[in-house]
Amino acid sequence: MDAEISLRVDGESHRLTVDTRTTLLDALRERLGNTSPKKGCDHGQCGACTVLLDGRRSLICLALAVAHDGAEITTADGLAPAGELHPVQQAFLEQDAFQCGYCTPGQVCSAVGVLDEVDRGWPSHVTEDLTGDVELSHDEVAERMSGNLCRCAAYVNIVPAVQQAGGAR
Amino acid sequence: MKPFSYARPGDVAEAVREVAAEPNAVFLAGGTNLVDHLKLGVATPDLVVDVRTLTSQEVTDLPDGGLRLGAASTNSEVAADRRVRERYPVLAQALLAGATGQLRNAATTGGNPLQRTRCVYFQDVTTPCNKREPGSGCSAVGGYTRYHAVLGVDAALPDPDAPGTCIATHPSDMAVALAALDAQVQVLGPSGARTLPFTDLHRLPGDDPATDTTLGHGELITAIDLPPLPAGTRSAYRKVRDRASYAFALVSVAAVVTDDGVRLALGGVAHTPWRATRAEELLRGRALTDDVVRAAMDAELAAAQPQPGIDGGNGFKIPLVHRTVVATLRQLTTEAQA
Repeated sequence: MDAEISLRVDGESHRLTVDTRTTLLDALRERLGNTSPKKGCDHGQCGACTVLLDGRRSLICLALAVAHDGAEITTADGLAPAGELHPVQQAFLEQDAFQCGYCTPGQVCSAVGVLDEVDRGWPSHVTEDLTGDVELSHDEVAERMSGNLCRCAAYVNIVPAVQQAGGAR
Repeated sequence: MKPFSYARPGDVAEAVREVAAEPNAVFLAGGTNLVDHLKLGVATPDLVVDVRTLTSQEVTDLPDGGLRLGAASTNSEVAADRRVRERYPVLAQALLAGATGQLRNAATTGGNPLQRTRCVYFQDVTTPCNKREPGSGCSAVGGYTRYHAVLGVDAALPDPDAPGTCIATHPSDMAVALAALDAQVQVLGPSGARTLPFTDLHRLPGDDPATDTTLGHGELITAIDLPPLPAGTRSAYRKVRDRASYAFALVSVAAVVTDDGVRLALGGVAHTPWRATRAEELLRGRALTDDVVRAAMDAELAAAQPQPGIDGGNGFKIPLVHRTVVATLRQLTTEAQA
């Protein structure tokens, strides 16, 4: 069964007809040609499809496109204007925070979301004082990024990259 | 994925009517569990009714001093709400111990308690499962039982062919905290609105393992209310898992300590969030020394049935949950004296 929806992806508006079974991930990759979000597990376990969905990091393999009519989506591709890099992207380069790169767009979007959540004062599972300040410690970054798997195990450089981007804001 | 119709009605009353009128209809909220089940073939609805934008996304103060969590409030927003962090730390901790940042941004207050078991056999449509396909049997008995129940189960090795057999656990962390907090569930259904205690929301398998909750078809959670807690209440959630992050509980404990006594709920051990009422009775009016807590937990766990399994079974859960309760209450009483 088909439904007509509109999406705003990386600043561009699109109108498209989708089968109700289509996920946002498939709509972006297969219909709009935006291959920045990756399909890893397709079951919400790996984080490769992470984008900013209406401002919050989210897994779009578990989001039905029809249920997100009118959504504003930013992928890693849309984080920075052409020719420039977002501070998180720059930090990933400088810290050598990837090897094959397949999980990287998801890692980058997740990290942007993490830094926003820290700015808002949101605690995490490892935050000692639930009502106190949040510091971007190793443990905090590792816990907050735990939904993004890296098969190359670049974690040891991803954590400093997120810390660097957090400090550079 | 099986084709389905999608509807986003104008309001919750219409959503309830639409689901009630179609026997094979389901509600969709954050979708973190349902969309996965659509892909796996575990859920095969004809109609999906989207309620994500129909119920409140807000956390609001109640006149009695409690809090109302709108059904569409996300797990991340509730965990970050300052009132929740200050007054109901057990709930903030439970939410933050569950899933990941991305999933918590999508998962909702109404949907989280209604997520289904992560029993590997339930999620694998090629294996018999009484919960997914009533009467087909239980593949978990004697199989991989590390994440399965020890409480609310009749025997150490129930009859796998009996239609009532199910040793699955409820996967939610949030639900364990809500059970300990004596939360109230606001429900709208085809015959009107009602309120039920959170501890009455989930049910043991009985002779109908396919039914997880006491909600009727078409009944929708519109909000969950947290009752006010007396001044000086302390609460905590402790989760034990195979990884430091992003893993379901092997066992978990939600504890709420007031001057009147202790409220205890256990996760990862039963088909429901398990309210440890036997232990609570024995702890009422007692100083919470380790010995007293140990004796209370001995009584609570006396009927536990460790499940053998090809992965070594889950008998380890009994001493593990016992010690986790002792450690959690020790932490709360030590903090209170500090």
